[in-house]
Amino acid sequence: MTDAEVFLQQLITGLSNGMIIALIAIGYTMVYGIVELINFAHGDLFMLGSFLALTIVGALGLESWSGMGSVAAVLILIASSACFCGTLNWTVDRLAYRPLRRAPKLSLLVAAIGASFVLMNLGLFWGGLPLDVFSGGIAAAAPKDFPDLFPDLNVLGNSAVQITRTDVGVFAVTIPLMIGLTLLVKMTKLGKAMRAVAQNPTAAALMGISVDRVIGATFFIGGALAGAASVMYALYNNSIGFQMGYRAGMDAFTAAVLGGIGSLPGAMLGGIGIGLIRAMSDQYVESKWTNAIVFGVLILVLIFRPSGILGAKQREKV
Amino acid sequence: MSPTIPSVLSAACLLLFPCSGTAQELKIVSSLPRTGNANGQTTSMVNGIRMAIEEVGGHVDGYTILYEDMDDASPQRGNWDPMIEASNAEKAAANPLVVAYIGTFNSGAAKISMPILNKAGLAMVSPANTYPGLTKPGLGEKNEPKAYRPTGTINYFRIVPTDDLQGAVAADWAKELGAKKVFVLNDRELYGVGIANVFVASCAKLGIKVLGNEGVDTKAPNYRSLVTKIKALGADLVYYGGTTQNNAGQIAKDLRGGGVRVPFMVPDGCFEEAFIEAAGAENLNDTTYITFGGLPADQLTGKGAQFAKSYMEKFGTEPEAYAVYGYEAASVVLDALKRAKSKDRSGVLAALKETRDFHGAIGSWSFDENGDTTNRTMSGQTVRDGEFVFVKALGAESPKDSTNSEPKIDPLNSTKGS
Repeated sequence: MTDAEVFLQQLITGLSNGMIIALIAIGYTMVYGIVELINFAHGDLFMLGSFLALTIVGALGLESWSGMGSVAAVLILIASSACFCGTLNWTVDRLAYRPLRRAPKLSLLVAAIGASFVLMNLGLFWGGLPLDVFSGGIAAAAPKDFPDLFPDLNVLGNSAVQITRTDVGVFAVTIPLMIGLTLLVKMTKLGKAMRAVAQNPTAAALMGISVDRVIGATFFIGGALAGAASVMYALYNNSIGFQMGYRAGMDAFTAAVLGGIGSLPGAMLGGIGIGLIRAMSDQYVESKWTNAIVFGVLILVLIFRPSGILGAKQREKV
Repeated sequence: MSPTIPSVLSAACLLLFPCSGTAQELKIVSSLPRTGNANGQTTSMVNGIRMAIEEVGGHVDGYTILYEDMDDASPQRGNWDPMIEASNAEKAAANPLVVAYIGTFNSGAAKISMPILNKAGLAMVSPANTYPGLTKPGLGEKNEPKAYRPTGTINYFRIVPTDDLQGAVAADWAKELGAKKVFVLNDRELYGVGIANVFVASCAKLGIKVLGNEGVDTKAPNYRSLVTKIKALGADLVYYGGTTQNNAGQIAKDLRGGGVRVPFMVPDGCFEEAFIEAAGAENLNDTTYITFGGLPADQLTGKGAQFAKSYMEKFGTEPEAYAVYGYEAASVVLDALKRAKSKDRSGVLAALKETRDFHGAIGSWSFDENGDTTNRTMSGQTVRDGEFVFVKALGAESPKDSTNSEPKIDPLNSTKGS
């Protein structure tokens, strides 16, 4: 591989990883934008999405690439994980956060941490179920192998730079979702209501907007995106585990802050940015410095732009 | 007159300590990670320990042997936990019945319990620790192994050869497989960094070029960027100093997924079924090489073969690689207890130190002055059809080395069937 090819390859890897992070980051930023809560349970919600996907994979008996069949199966997985995570996120809000809407912000934060533990242990329990895809559930905490539904075949043929089917899948799923979400927030009535609630919930309520319903919808959408991301994550990495939510959530939260928490394009930019920084640092520095470099960049950005890259410009919070 | 005094004393003892009456009890404990994906391996080891105790009928010289299987892992970490390991050691130290502590599985965990047990004068026998610094001066940090022996005496013993030996035979094997440029990864933990460094140093001696020795982020979702880097450098063998618990499976997945099909070599920390499960057999078959500081169960002879056979009969499964070491650790403790002049901690400790030419399941061996085994038999394995397959014995004194090369595999063109 020539230097240029190596750079190109890292760019592709960074983009794929970054897009998955961005999808999760959107959930953080939307919820923060509207209720000013860092939803720590979001990463664990994402983890449960991948467990559902693996359970369905086992139930349908999917194993390897089977052309259009695999594409259809993946669409089913995405749809079910998205619905599941969306509903679950809405439920968590309804049960844990909504009763605390008028409480001090700190109570809400602690509730989120508590919800995170509950979901994580739910994952541990789920992984211990006696299913074949969980190796019979003997080792609940062990990483689970996710079947390679999209084998790493190079779509560019024999060239040194690889764009695999999974890379294409990640792009094909995340880009339309991001565009769709942007349109939803900018163009639809619900989007308008979300922006209104984000700016001033009291005023929005006075204008006849049902604030709780809008917040509920926000949680659902954020959760659904995490569900979609969880399927792409599982297909891309081919393994899932009950602790992956912590790490994925950490990356996504960092991305949301880097891009400017509360800002949608910021979360996307932050996610992709972190993916690229990671890839380049692994290649050109050394992998043990990668985390330090990511957080170093975050600190640098926050020194010069305390509200993140797009945080200040973007007045609207959703 | 004199014969009456002891009888009066023992009568008094019976009155004072009614429970310690005629059936006297001693206890052996083990501290191994029982939660998380080392569970398959440690269950097998605990089975081995139980078998050794059953073999002596649960009694030594009139003492009933109790056994407690302690867990040093937490579900949060899915791996050994420093807090729990410390509390296990303190519990064992505080219980006067305990005469031996079998553990730990992870070298990092041993660092924590060693000083606690040393102060308590309690013998510790590890069936699995391989980090050299725990016992060998000059191979670890400056204060090692002194830091683990606050009283200045030795109470820690192990029955597996250390990483300085295993890393060196791994490099020999890599050369034999035709490696000229290797890329080394490590998990940034005690065991992984230690063995990776030995591998690197041994490669340098053998004239193998080391393209890099990088610590990886063991919680990363994938290693694709790293794989691209390895691919671009043109490594012809990748070595990972690390364990299954530290994402070895994901590294194997990403190497193959990224189109790097060169041999992948790992140490004994990955010699367990969980590694094949985590990586997926298709990513390991015929291209993965695993070194192990001992022989796998099916290669044991004599007493060891007997052990493997009765294990199979009793539990209905093949013993995992470390099962026989659990058995051996318990056997040597029971043997020491039998030889001990006083049936207490100090007696067992003194007898363990004097262990010479112990005829166990892994051969005949002794403890040297550091508490290390004199056993040097190591082995190399590969994965074929999703199963570990013994390739050859490794190490200086292995007699099989020259004579037995029967399941020889063609090193770099390993697509041939078995």
